[in-house]
Amino acid sequence: MDVVYRLLPESLPSWIAVALSAAIPAIILITLMALGPILYVYAERKISGFMQDRLGPMRVGPYGLLQTIADAIKLMFKEAIYPAGADKVLFILAPCLVVLGAFLPFVVIPFGKYLVTADLNVGIFYVTAVASLSTVGLIMAGWASNNKYALFGAMRSAAQIVSYEIPAVMALLTVVMIVGSLSLQDIVAVQAGGLQNWLLFRYFPLMPVAFLVFFTATLAECNRAPFDIPEAESELVAGFHTEYSGFFFAMFFLAEYTEMFVVSATASVLFLGGWQSPFPREWTAWFPIRLSPLWLVGKAWFLIFVHMWLRWTLPRLRVDQLMHVAWKVLLPISLTLVLVIGALVTWGPNRFPWDQLAGVVLSIGILAYLVLTAVAAWRSRARRIKETAEMAA
Amino acid sequence: MKKWFKDLWEGFYTVLVGMNITWRHLFNTNVTLQYPEEKWQLPPRSRMRLFMKYEDCIGCGQCVRACPVSCIYIKAEKRPTTSPAIFAANGQPIKLDVSVFDIDMSLCCYCNLCTYPCPTDCIYMTPEYEFANTDLTQHLYRFAKPNAKFLTVNPKTPATPPAPKTPPAAPPAPAAPATPASGAPPATAPAGA
Repeated sequence: MDVVYRLLPESLPSWIAVALSAAIPAIILITLMALGPILYVYAERKISGFMQDRLGPMRVGPYGLLQTIADAIKLMFKEAIYPAGADKVLFILAPCLVVLGAFLPFVVIPFGKYLVTADLNVGIFYVTAVASLSTVGLIMAGWASNNKYALFGAMRSAAQIVSYEIPAVMALLTVVMIVGSLSLQDIVAVQAGGLQNWLLFRYFPLMPVAFLVFFTATLAECNRAPFDIPEAESELVAGFHTEYSGFFFAMFFLAEYTEMFVVSATASVLFLGGWQSPFPREWTAWFPIRLSPLWLVGKAWFLIFVHMWLRWTLPRLRVDQLMHVAWKVLLPISLTLVLVIGALVTWGPNRFPWDQLAGVVLSIGILAYLVLTAVAAWRSRARRIKETAEMAA
Repeated sequence: MKKWFKDLWEGFYTVLVGMNITWRHLFNTNVTLQYPEEKWQLPPRSRMRLFMKYEDCIGCGQCVRACPVSCIYIKAEKRPTTSPAIFAANGQPIKLDVSVFDIDMSLCCYCNLCTYPCPTDCIYMTPEYEFANTDLTQHLYRFAKPNAKFLTVNPKTPATPPAPKTPPAAPPAPAAPATPASGAPPATAPAGA
């Protein structure tokens, strides 16, 4: 916002300049974030296909690339049906509120040193506050639909989001205590200088656990599998959006995938260095331009990939299991973390002597394992293709 | 307390095991076949659409009797003795004129029972399966041809003069060295792809 304001010519009246400096980033962000879900839905379908040894969408466009665009257009042109007895005002307001809750956090998410719409001093607090706005939208949708399954889904989602907000905020509190600031830019600035300085590896065995707690809790907050009981299709038809069709349904979809990006971007800002490159500064100094937005988006996309990976790996949890995980597992862990890390920050060292080394070893280890297994699987695939070709010949 | 940690570790560990499996499958072979572009290579003896080689049919009607769903219709009349002698590919003389030989594939149950009694092996199943149609009457295949070219010379006489009346299953084996001269299909027709 400040950057845009400074770029505008001086001759403009100040009120126009202020309005423009707010509107231009807003339009850019909304456009990009509305287009994002098209990509994520395609990625989700492709990844699910590959994980189940299928191909995924292949028919519309090369490799099915235009499939989600076709789906979006289809949803735009479908009729919006209002169920009998529905509260029409709430029925229309609900998806708007959900989308609003998914889009508002973008105001504070920093895409670069100057690429941030507003660096609020309560940044992370703002993100958690605004992200729970979508809960209100979900309950509204469930209530206004005049459908018991929709209401069940909405109640479940409210219970789930409220429960998981607590461990998420506790895990986030550890980061805030270490940095000593709520501003997302300050949190990113602390993690400068490469992968070993990421908050993920601070106080080595402790912050990785905090990251896992935060990741699990935010995964549950976006109502994604294995925590997708609000829209469990085997029990509730489609949960809170059972009665929605056409464009309103598309808005729920948009909100879900945007929220995925929001929590992933937040997690990468808090733990994975945000827009900082994972390499030491000396290694990247020769490069003429800073790729900070790409680093943030790349990290967020990796976490989105992990979301999808988990979705196609794990079965859905039962409601009682869900509450068990939130209250009896994640909450004690995060409370302990808050206590221990609070004590460490107050009286202990700034960091453990081994955490830089441990961080580098851990990240290289995980990366190497993933690459090696992928290469092994790929080579066995090539061998099997060759064998089938030989058998056919 | 001990159980709590054990459960926690088990949950975490099993999630990693599952993720490992799905990660490997991400790079595995996809089993999907893009159907109209890619097709299965069917095994040679697969039972799909029936085919009948009209030039070899002697009109005995054994396939009609074998068919459990009566999907084969034959109309055969005695061939006039004045007309020239014609033969099936395995040397059997054709003594009946088959004017109608229809197979209704919409009735066929693909049991393959009609092919066994055929003395000349002229009716057999082919591996062709793409004959879906919007009109059921399109599945009635008419095999009788008005001007088919029959063999006017017995292909078997030069090789096996002493045993012309062997049972139908026997001829292919002893006559094998002699048959390639004729352009007729091999006697073991159902095995051909």
